Amino acid sequence: MLPAPIRRLLARGAWLLFPLTCGLAADPVAPIRVGQFASLTGKEASFGVAAREGIDLAVGELNARGGVLGRPVEFLVEDIRSQSGESATAVKKLIARDRVVAILGGNASTNSLEAAPICQAAHVPMIAISSTNPKVTAMGTYIFRTCFIDPFQGAVLAKFARESLHVQRLALLTSASASYSVGLSRVLRERFTAAGGEIVAEQKYAEGDKDFRAQLTAIKALHPDAIAATGYYTEAALICLQARALGLDLPIIGGDGWEAPQLLELGGRAVDGTYYSTHYSAESPAPEVRAFIRKFSARHDGRVPDAVAALGYDAMMLLADAIRRAGTTEGPAVRAALAATRDFPGVTGLTTIDAQRNPSKPAIIVKVEGGRVQFVAAVRP
Amino acid sequence: MSEFLQQLLNGLSLGAIYALIALGYTMVYGVLRFINFAHSDVFMVGAFIGYYMGKLVPEGTLWGGLAVLGVAMLGCALLGMTIERLAYRRLRSAPTLNVLITAIGVSLLLEYTGQVFFGAAPRNFPSIFPVRNFQLGGIIVGSNQLIVIAVSVVLMVVLQLIVYRTRIGTAMRAVSLNPKAAVLMGVNNDVVISFTFGLGSALAAAGGILYALNYPSIDPLMGVMPGLKAFVAAILGGIGNIPGAALGGLILGTVETFVSGSQWSTYKDAIAFAILIIILLFRPAGLLGRFTVEKV
Repeated sequence: MLPAPIRRLLARGAWLLFPLTCGLAADPVAPIRVGQFASLTGKEASFGVAAREGIDLAVGELNARGGVLGRPVEFLVEDIRSQSGESATAVKKLIARDRVVAILGGNASTNSLEAAPICQAAHVPMIAISSTNPKVTAMGTYIFRTCFIDPFQGAVLAKFARESLHVQRLALLTSASASYSVGLSRVLRERFTAAGGEIVAEQKYAEGDKDFRAQLTAIKALHPDAIAATGYYTEAALICLQARALGLDLPIIGGDGWEAPQLLELGGRAVDGTYYSTHYSAESPAPEVRAFIRKFSARHDGRVPDAVAALGYDAMMLLADAIRRAGTTEGPAVRAALAATRDFPGVTGLTTIDAQRNPSKPAIIVKVEGGRVQFVAAVRP
Repeated sequence: MSEFLQQLLNGLSLGAIYALIALGYTMVYGVLRFINFAHSDVFMVGAFIGYYMGKLVPEGTLWGGLAVLGVAMLGCALLGMTIERLAYRRLRSAPTLNVLITAIGVSLLLEYTGQVFFGAAPRNFPSIFPVRNFQLGGIIVGSNQLIVIAVSVVLMVVLQLIVYRTRIGTAMRAVSLNPKAAVLMGVNNDVVISFTFGLGSALAAAGGILYALNYPSIDPLMGVMPGLKAFVAAILGGIGNIPGAALGGLILGTVETFVSGSQWSTYKDAIAFAILIIILLFRPAGLLGRFTVEKV
């Protein structure tokens, strides 16, 4: 028997060699591993869970058709619990331990910004799902996304507020600790003033805040025509509740961070008369959308998928398409194939990846009325 | 002017909740000389008892709301007494630091057990009291804000009566003054301390329900920030001093609201803690606290 330290060293050495040997003797039917990092718990859980459901549906479909390149797809998820700092850990774990060929996620831009440098350094392609902050794909050549970006979304919202809602005086309420909200507010401010409107108030809060009465009281004193709350759905619902309680019966608008069933659950009647931009509408007649809704509902007892689920589905299908065209799962080849994507028919619209690795696709404006989300308009880029 | 009054009202209703939580910190400190960090999680448990009870009573009735409030206060009083019995009693003669660390342990235990049982996703708290908004001049007064202020005032008066007009209150003050002498005078310290924990935890439960009424999204970590703020409020007013805790809570809530409504809203929490540091520098015993020299 060898002394214990040496035994331990040997065991560790063998473990280190293991992935290497695996790589050398690549089993032709070894599964293609795809990892997702997402908030499955905590206050952004709705995004992570929806994205996972979308990806899961896509993986099931791919495997039923015989997988990709004849190999089954294996899907792994790491929970980042809606906490900053967790994304980096989750992605490192997926890449180093699980040896995934690509990373799907994240949802909040803050999380994607954390994960992107790690994927870039490891040459593992990453497809962000609903991170709309432009900085995300600027982190490196391996970082893609499947949603539109904030300069486009902000322009759409500004145009809609100005031309359809006839807003002259807009008040901004920004989540100062979310990159997404800060970026969207900045674009909205620029575009709205360029369109001849006036930003009368700019109030801020931090993620996790629950009391917005002070900010809303200050906003009320300036008599705006509408309020733009550019943060995420948990805070947006509380903002609507407290605004209505303070007698602010005006339109409240937001971005795709509002897209979650919890907005209606938490906000109830207070979210009536609000508008937000999002990635897809379940009311769309497009055949891809109808087929997606049918498959999703069949799997989740009649539930209608939200935009994040559709984006998750598209991200997985986009990746499968790129792997098929690359003919391999090697990072650089998949990256090149992803970058060359042209007119991919996704659920969230025809997707072409541009030079900045962003897709160009339309945005949808929806209205909340009587506890239901209704389609208002589709705006093309 | 109407904006100022509206902000003042917003601040007072937030401050009243901080005050209720701060009372629990201050009472436990008064008798045991340690900070019960698990207090903010008892506050969270109170809100969750309210959440489950709220489903059993009809929504939006006064008696239903008061029943939920009563059950949650009772439940948390039992929880507080259990925590004291299981975690703190054995450590009563141990150094304060040991008890403090145990308190942090109990706090984390409650938070993460809560995540297992209640899930980490935020839930929508039912509106258990009738909701109506009143227009008073230029300001809008919500019924929930009135309920928060009314319930807080009533509970604080009741607390004051218990502490100064009853035998158990006299015993609490005796233990606070000198535990050894209290024992010699025939006071059962165990009962008094247990009662103090029960009373403080019941107030935390009331605070939890009132907080959830005003900000109806509850989760297992909801107690962390209000708990810290209430702790600051207790120090601000003078820890161990009951009117001081109430005053500290109101000041902190009002200051926080006015900062939030100004251009410096992102500094809201920074300012709350800056107040704590400044008070500790210039008046280590707090606004209403008395400075005592530690005898060796």
